[in-house]
Amino acid sequence: MSEIYLDHAATTPLRPEVLEAMLPYFNQEFGNPSSVYGAGRRAHQALDQARDTVADLLGAKSEEIIFTSGGSEAANLAIKGVAWAYQTKGKHIITSAIEHHAVLDAVLWLKQQGFEVTILPVDEEGFVDPQSVQEALRGDTILVSIMHANNEVGTIQPIEDIGAIVRAHGAFFHTDAVQTAGILDLDVAELNVDLLSLSAHKFYGPKGVGALYVRKGVRLDPLIHGGAQEKRRRAGTENVAGIVGLAKAFELAQAERGEVTRHLIQLRDQLLQGLQAIPHTKVNGSLERRLPNNVNVCFQFIEGESLLLNLDLKGIAGSSGSACTSGSLDPSHVLLAMGLSHEIAHGSLRLTLGRENTQDQVTYVLEEIPIIVERLRAMSPLYNA
Amino acid sequence: MYSDKVMDHFTNPRNVGEIANADGVGEVGNARCGDIMKIWIKVEDGIIQDVKFKTFGCGAAIATSSVITEMAIGKTLDEAEEITNKSVAEELEGLPPLKMHCSNLAADALRAAIEDYRKKHPITA
Ligand SMILES: Cc1ncc(COP(=O)(O)O)c(C=O)c1O
Ligand SMILES: [Zn+2]
Repeated sequence: MSEIYLDHAATTPLRPEVLEAMLPYFNQEFGNPSSVYGAGRRAHQALDQARDTVADLLGAKSEEIIFTSGGSEAANLAIKGVAWAYQTKGKHIITSAIEHHAVLDAVLWLKQQGFEVTILPVDEEGFVDPQSVQEALRGDTILVSIMHANNEVGTIQPIEDIGAIVRAHGAFFHTDAVQTAGILDLDVAELNVDLLSLSAHKFYGPKGVGALYVRKGVRLDPLIHGGAQEKRRRAGTENVAGIVGLAKAFELAQAERGEVTRHLIQLRDQLLQGLQAIPHTKVNGSLERRLPNNVNVCFQFIEGESLLLNLDLKGIAGSSGSACTSGSLDPSHVLLAMGLSHEIAHGSLRLTLGRENTQDQVTYVLEEIPIIVERLRAMSPLYNA
Repeated sequence: MYSDKVMDHFTNPRNVGEIANADGVGEVGNARCGDIMKIWIKVEDGIIQDVKFKTFGCGAAIATSSVITEMAIGKTLDEAEEITNKSVAEELEGLPPLKMHCSNLAADALRAAIEDYRKKHPITA
């Protein structure tokens, strides 16, 4: 039995068309983009073209795109870069309790360095209230970072509204769009953002390459010093093949977006409906503003890792916010921030769909999960059938 | 990540359930950290005749609970009290380092059940 992969929020397989576009840049067009001779110029051209493509897809200008080693670096560069460049103007930063650790830990690290941090709460569906952003803004607030959609529960934030508030106040606004790039239509002007992070491996591109959009006029101190690449904002010889792959994957995702989204939503809603039929099951996140590929539920009385192991034995790959899968003692900070108890949060299951998943796979998954849940409940001391 | 022995006990847990008129019951862990084990024992002439368990927890938690029921059946109470979390992990051919703490509580649960038994059955001279 081949594996049914339902963890596309973790990563996605590289598309063959993307691999094909990348291949020449490993050994044929291998020149260093900074070199003046032909091979260097051709590599440089490939970079320019990729940058134009990404900028176009975001409604940005080419010089506003910085390529990075992934989503984590893009978010770190946005947050630390702005914080360092503007620290004489103010030292206050606002973020939310449900950010990915690439954002949350970068902000908490800045706090250790003497910055002041406000971490906004979310409601039970995982929404940040734009009004709470308004109230948290201070005279010395330099940066607000709120993710576009959450990687665990799929809640899509009202980024346009938050962005308008932050802009009116005169602070900068970063959004972590790692889970929405390639899935939702992104336009930096409509979103009212000054900085936006994305990562290629979430949309069928290669791992280890991402991009940061930085609106013209926003200054950044680099994380990596050493060369003039990326307009001195990110030193190091560029990952040419990876960047070409990112642009190709982003382009394909955008071209097929409508069709793929319809497919994902159909499968997602089928899964949500089927899982909700299991007693003592709670859907996490919003049903209205939800990523088209995200399913996240808690099955009461059972623990997530034992659920995942059982799913794996049936050839199904998913993920959980249980402490036992994260290597920490606490379950998902996202589910806890949404007000779930530890006990319930340990029993979470996230299934994230992709373009290659089928109706038959969803049907099979919906046959197997109730059996597994029932079996684990039968051995749970918390469950009284 | 897990040894074959752990996966064997996880997929095929032994002695799952409750004992209706148990002589001793022990429960350890809490929902906060994600592992709770409950063990029931049946004792005759100072020997453990039967052990059953119910566990809320990860693969390691379920496997350690299962294997300790096999380790304890047939032992005297004194012998059973000698079983440690470490010897349970050894019986399972090792546990991942992260699982040694929270999920490896089966020996504590068994000892709690024995203690419960001793409290209910004080030795009268
Ligand atoms: C919301 C979010 N932000 C940031 C990241 C980090 O991206 P990368 O794996 O490319 O560093 C991820 C991926 O796990 C993510 O889901
Ligand atoms: Zn555990």
